[in-house]
Amino acid sequence: MTELGVVELSRLQFALTAMYHFLFVPLTLGLAWLLAVMESIWVMTGREVWRDMTKFWGKLFGINFAMGVATGITMEFQFGTNWAYYSHFVGDIFGAPLALEGLTAFFLESTFVGLFFFGWDKLRPPIHLLVTWLVALGSSLSAMWILVANAWMQNPVGSAFNPDTMRMELTSLGEVFFNPVAQAKFVHTVSGGYVTGAMFVLSISAWFLLRGRHVDFAKRSFAVAAAFGMAASLSSVVLGDESGYVASENQKMKIAAMEAMWETEPAPAGFTVFGIPDQETHQTHAEIKIPWALGLIATRSVSDPVLGIRELVEINERRVRSGILAIDALERLRADRDDAQARQTIARHAGDLGFGLLLRRYVDDPRRATPDQIRAAANDTVPRVAPLFWAFRIMVACGFWFIALFAMALWVSTKRAFGKRWVLWLALFSLPLPWVANEVGWFVAEFGRQPWTVDGVLPTFLSVSSVGTTQVWTSLAVFVVFYSALLVADLYLLIKYIRKGPALTPEPPASLSRRASAQALVAEE
Amino acid sequence: MTVPLDYEILRLAWWALLGLVLIGFAVMDGFDMGVAILLPVVARTDTERRVVINSIGPVWDGNQVWLILGGGAAFAAWPPLYATAFSAFYIPLLLVLAALILRPVGFDFRNKVEHRHWRTWWDWALFLGGFVPTLVFGVAMGNLLIGVPFHFTSELRAIYTGGFLFDLLQPFPLLCGLVSLAMLVMHGGTFLVLKTEGVIETRARRAVLLGAVALVGLFTFAGALVATIIDGHLVVSGLPGDGPSNPLLKKVTVDAGGWLANYVEYPWMLAAPLLGVFGPLVTALLTVMRRSGWAFVSSAAAVFGVVSTTGLALFPFILPSSTNPSHGLTVWDASSSPLTLFIMLIATVVVLPIVASYTVFVYRVLRGKVTAAHIESGGHMY
Repeated sequence: MTELGVVELSRLQFALTAMYHFLFVPLTLGLAWLLAVMESIWVMTGREVWRDMTKFWGKLFGINFAMGVATGITMEFQFGTNWAYYSHFVGDIFGAPLALEGLTAFFLESTFVGLFFFGWDKLRPPIHLLVTWLVALGSSLSAMWILVANAWMQNPVGSAFNPDTMRMELTSLGEVFFNPVAQAKFVHTVSGGYVTGAMFVLSISAWFLLRGRHVDFAKRSFAVAAAFGMAASLSSVVLGDESGYVASENQKMKIAAMEAMWETEPAPAGFTVFGIPDQETHQTHAEIKIPWALGLIATRSVSDPVLGIRELVEINERRVRSGILAIDALERLRADRDDAQARQTIARHAGDLGFGLLLRRYVDDPRRATPDQIRAAANDTVPRVAPLFWAFRIMVACGFWFIALFAMALWVSTKRAFGKRWVLWLALFSLPLPWVANEVGWFVAEFGRQPWTVDGVLPTFLSVSSVGTTQVWTSLAVFVVFYSALLVADLYLLIKYIRKGPALTPEPPASLSRRASAQALVAEE
Repeated sequence: MTVPLDYEILRLAWWALLGLVLIGFAVMDGFDMGVAILLPVVARTDTERRVVINSIGPVWDGNQVWLILGGGAAFAAWPPLYATAFSAFYIPLLLVLAALILRPVGFDFRNKVEHRHWRTWWDWALFLGGFVPTLVFGVAMGNLLIGVPFHFTSELRAIYTGGFLFDLLQPFPLLCGLVSLAMLVMHGGTFLVLKTEGVIETRARRAVLLGAVALVGLFTFAGALVATIIDGHLVVSGLPGDGPSNPLLKKVTVDAGGWLANYVEYPWMLAAPLLGVFGPLVTALLTVMRRSGWAFVSSAAAVFGVVSTTGLALFPFILPSSTNPSHGLTVWDASSSPLTLFIMLIATVVVLPIVASYTVFVYRVLRGKVTAAHIESGGHMY
């Protein structure tokens, strides 16, 4: 039996390093496009302030980008170092999008990012602009492949179990790529990144405006961020994640847990705005519900029920029993590789193999499991409800706030009402919120998938490497020390360069400047 | 979906491709790691250090993707290799990661604060970012040749039975680590000769000669050990080229000097070790003759020779087991499914040339020497 300590430590390490990595990724995703937009305006209008903007925000982009690259390598290595059985079991499918990410996206982004910084004097403006666009394209493409890989963990399509190699193998790349969860996740996650980039520029510009520094520069940056952030926050919320859940049988437990829906309710189910979920008694106290809302969101119909946790556990108990048959047949096949009957049984029950493997927490040989153990394994398929319930609501609240804030910011910049200082203050204080939303969003996605690494296929506690706790403690300690020190250096440099402000190219005469800025404003609108 | 290529051919192609990607990493990221190792030696003043750092500043990031791609390719095409090797080399890889984490930050952060201690610290961080991976990857290659202590359970869970770190630091692997260091000192040196002038160029020239001579000596010595006392593995039975990827079905024997079997059977393979021996000598010669461009090419060829010598010796093994040789991973029982290999092959054949062409474009834009005057004139420079 795998030692429990390694499982928990490896999970902790993965959560820490992944969430830390994702402090930097969304800002890279969003800022890259904002740089592309700013530089495009420079190339089209020839006004130097737009190049100054590209360079100033580009410098902050560079500091953040370095942190993203530094922390990203950890992620790729970690599957092999800490999750070796996972890597063996699903590498045939999961490895492909990771390799394709390196090949088609990360090469593009990393090769051209050097030219973005070093190429200002070596490239003609349109070529440099092309380089900037390629960096932005590369970073979003990169996100796409990673989300294709992650979506397969949430909704493992296009694959089948092969008893000869004891692993999942690819049956259709098309299904993996066009996984509905992948499509929804991609739009949702990169939109979250674009919101982050927009908020970063908006907040810092608001700070410049509140201090009365670099006013012309800050107003333009504010306007670009407001428009970009408006589109991004709408896309993130409206084209949110739910659409992906519809097609996904396995995600039903996650939805039920996020909603603290203990029982199946008559369709269409209500959406619980507030409540205190209690895992022990399977009840939610002090509920406030909006009738119909959840049923409409989750099933897009008024007649299909949303299944509750208790009913899902009953279904899963049947799947655990079916999984035992698959495990039994695998044992027979191991004794006699030509046992045709065993192969047939495996083919019929392979879809539930993972549920049978859940028993390995209680008994080394799942074929000897008692009814109590089977029930316990089925109960294990319920993730912890309260953290998911609350994390989801925090994310949604942030999402709606972003729409409201960017709407106000857009109004301020189009009406040139920069005197409304309270909007600027709101923008400044909202700076951390996109990071909060991004992190709790990933928490819902990953914690909500527990007890699985691949939903319904491979339990988390079986996915780890056969390493000792000493090794994992060592690596965990190294990451905590390195990452903390780097975060201090990163924030120090960001604050230093923000305080220093942009290096502005001298303005042309005042009359000319006013006319040109009016033109630029028309272009923005 | 049926795949229009034989499983054997796909596996062979992916063996070659993984080798190509790793050589790509050793050649491309190798020179900037070599430059980082040389940083404290060839550059003394802050301006000199900035010249050296800026010579690789715009390109190291793209080069490092070869490593990312190597990891991804191993994961996608050889999942058992990725799972077993990465978990067995847990602590060595942690060292590599720690060093690689410092690299991007070192490049970007160093010049952003004008304080002596801050800059000295990042200089050392950059040095470690080159030195540690170079040493560890060499040591890892050495461990492949002597075998790694692991076996599989019946459900194909890899069990590593070696110790924390010191089991992997035996004399022969350490020798291979030195080969790796000498190789990248030479290789990084040839790049610096191309990209710098004056005192840095002179020191780099010396580094090339030193690295080349050391490489020839160490590489030949390691080769002699492989030929005489290091155990080679030989597949005896149970390994069809198109069999399932299950490393429990074959029988393997062990025999001192056995890694030379391929070279005896296919003498054309001797081209690789010959390149490993004569490549550095030619590089040294060209450096003395001031043919810097050709010296870099020749150095890259030497890197190709050294790395492929190991790969060819091991074939068909990709990760031999010292404690249970029959469980060692080979090209024929440790790959992905035919469909995954096929799709990834098509993707690589289509995309890699595109990557190569825009990489060439970037190097063309950045051609020419990095000078002290250029550094001091400002602009965005590390």
